[in-house]
Amino acid sequence: MAKVLMKGNEAIGEAAIRAGCKNYFAYPITPQSEVAEYLAKRMPEVDGVFLQGESEVAVGYMIFGAAACGERVMTTSSSPGVSLMSEAISYIAGARCPAVFVNIMRGGPGLGGILPSQADYFQATKGGGHGDYRLLVMAPEGVQEAVDMTMKAFDLAEKYRGPVMIMGDGLIGQMMEPVEFPEDFTPTPMNNDDWATSGMATRGTDKRNLVKSLFLDPKQLNDHNLLLKAGYDRMRQEEVRYEGYNTDAEYKLLIVSYGTMSRVCKTAIDTMKEEGLEIGMVRPQTLFPFPEQAIHDAAAKESCSHVVSIELSMGQMVEDVDRCVKGQRPVTWYGECGGDIPTPEEIIDHVKSLLKN
Amino acid sequence: MGKTFSKPEALTDAHTHYCPGCTHGIVHRLVAEVIDELGIRENTVGIAPVGCAVMAYNYFDCDFQEAAHGRAPAMATGIKRVRPDLMAFTYQGDGDLASIGMGEIVHAANRGEKFTTIFINNAIYGMTGGQMAPTTMPGQRATTAPAGRDVEATGMPIRMCELLSTLATPGYISRQTVLKPKYVNKAKKAIKKAFEYQKENRCYSFVEIVSTCPTNWGMTPLDSLKWAEDTLLPYYPLGEFKTPEE
Ligand SMILES: Cc1ncc(C[n+]2csc(CCOP(=O)(O)OP(=O)(O)O)c2C)c(N)n1
Ligand code: SF4
Ligand SMILES: [Mg+2]
Repeated sequence: MAKVLMKGNEAIGEAAIRAGCKNYFAYPITPQSEVAEYLAKRMPEVDGVFLQGESEVAVGYMIFGAAACGERVMTTSSSPGVSLMSEAISYIAGARCPAVFVNIMRGGPGLGGILPSQADYFQATKGGGHGDYRLLVMAPEGVQEAVDMTMKAFDLAEKYRGPVMIMGDGLIGQMMEPVEFPEDFTPTPMNNDDWATSGMATRGTDKRNLVKSLFLDPKQLNDHNLLLKAGYDRMRQEEVRYEGYNTDAEYKLLIVSYGTMSRVCKTAIDTMKEEGLEIGMVRPQTLFPFPEQAIHDAAAKESCSHVVSIELSMGQMVEDVDRCVKGQRPVTWYGECGGDIPTPEEIIDHVKSLLKN
Repeated sequence: MGKTFSKPEALTDAHTHYCPGCTHGIVHRLVAEVIDELGIRENTVGIAPVGCAVMAYNYFDCDFQEAAHGRAPAMATGIKRVRPDLMAFTYQGDGDLASIGMGEIVHAANRGEKFTTIFINNAIYGMTGGQMAPTTMPGQRATTAPAGRDVEATGMPIRMCELLSTLATPGYISRQTVLKPKYVNKAKKAIKKAFEYQKENRCYSFVEIVSTCPTNWGMTPLDSLKWAEDTLLPYYPLGEFKTPEE
């Protein structure tokens, strides 16, 4: 298929439909309302479901009810809305239902701002809702990757029977880029007769299914959590994705950065390379599972004297980077969190100042 | 002699955990009988609340989802939007529906979602040990209103049927009780009507059941039936508040 020019938000909506998701529930919030506006038009064209819920709290449970029936379902929101959905995300994880959540992050805390941000890193990767659950979190660097990840998200949600989150930022949602949708993609939803509340008649059985997260017996709850953990451990084995940038070179310093921020870093790295200064980068494409080994090994390179985590937050991912580097090199944070994005020049200045010390 | 009593197919063999004299069990049975009579068990998904009926899924023999506190109407919305061919019902207490879940119930009713709600109004938070509910009567004692509900501080009890009836969207809204056998038959008729409206894809349907909680009212089962009739029924009048024909 030829490339088309699309806004990130609209491309995510289209990608969901191409991935066989005909069910979308949402509540408007900047900077991602275009997904809802796009799907309000598109879903009826494919006999799909579009519903604007009364709040993100309600939307979270509309997603739960629909997902529990075994149907592919998605919602999109931005930071304050995702906070409200976090209760449902915990229940969905506990009840082991596949569902796709998209967070086009904006600045916080509180109402914060409406410009790009990556300040929900902790919320997405460390919890957000209550209890021992993890989200599989993917972070695209541009519109094409947002499409690819959205399409993959539904399969992953079914493979692990749990919620998957796409973490974009306001810029990815708002910018237009050429994208290509795979031509011969046939969605292949997994059979869910053993757990989904799709109606006994639908399944042709007299055995009913229960979707629940309540386990009052301590042994049962512990076993249930062990089952969830086994899934998260398997993600760590099978789903880690990252890009190494200029990592073949003898780099003096390693950057770890993701999403929009990593694209600015690439420009800075290219400029420094032209000047004869080699800088490498590991760009996590999955934030959970985190590319722990890749970052550990990249930091260990003999030429590398420093690791810096560059993020649109006040230093969240840096805690994971530090954990992976395991003291081999100094690890520091650089970034901004008001909505402005550091320029390549600012990154170059910062990198050079780190190398001077 | 033929068989004179049998358990509805839509109920499991499990013994319920409800206290002696609690009306939850009677209402379960009525709902199950209606499900049997309409032949919809194999296409029905129930949604359990958070409250004493949280484990309703152990007693109904059909597909079930367990909601978070107050969110059952949003889950039922999700079910009916993606699978309009299924039947869905929420079973909710007064804390669940009229307090924490007020937003979800009003909007589901106003959208005219094609599911059925069974609303158990026992004027108290049963499961958590007798705290005040939005439906607790003026002066009624609760663990969080030890001197009795002070309406100056907490307002008057919320009447859900009256409130939902003000919505312009067509719906079926009925209040019934099971305090005496003569009420039980009427309650069952209303529940059946509610499911029939759903089956015909007509409208949202809501049946409130004025119920008892002897345990947290601190009364014997018999006294609680009398107290409910004397105190609750005058404030929560029975009847049909709205039908889609109107
Ligand atoms: C978010 C949340 N808040 C509070 C609770 C605690 N809680 C459980 S049941 C309940 C009240 C139930 O009362 P009601 O809905 O009237 O049902 P009943 O037990 O009387 O049938 C509360 C407050 C909870 N489980 N979840
Ligand atoms: S606490 Fe009240 S509502 Fe709950 S089972 Fe006992 S009597 Fe019924
Ligand atoms: Mg109650």
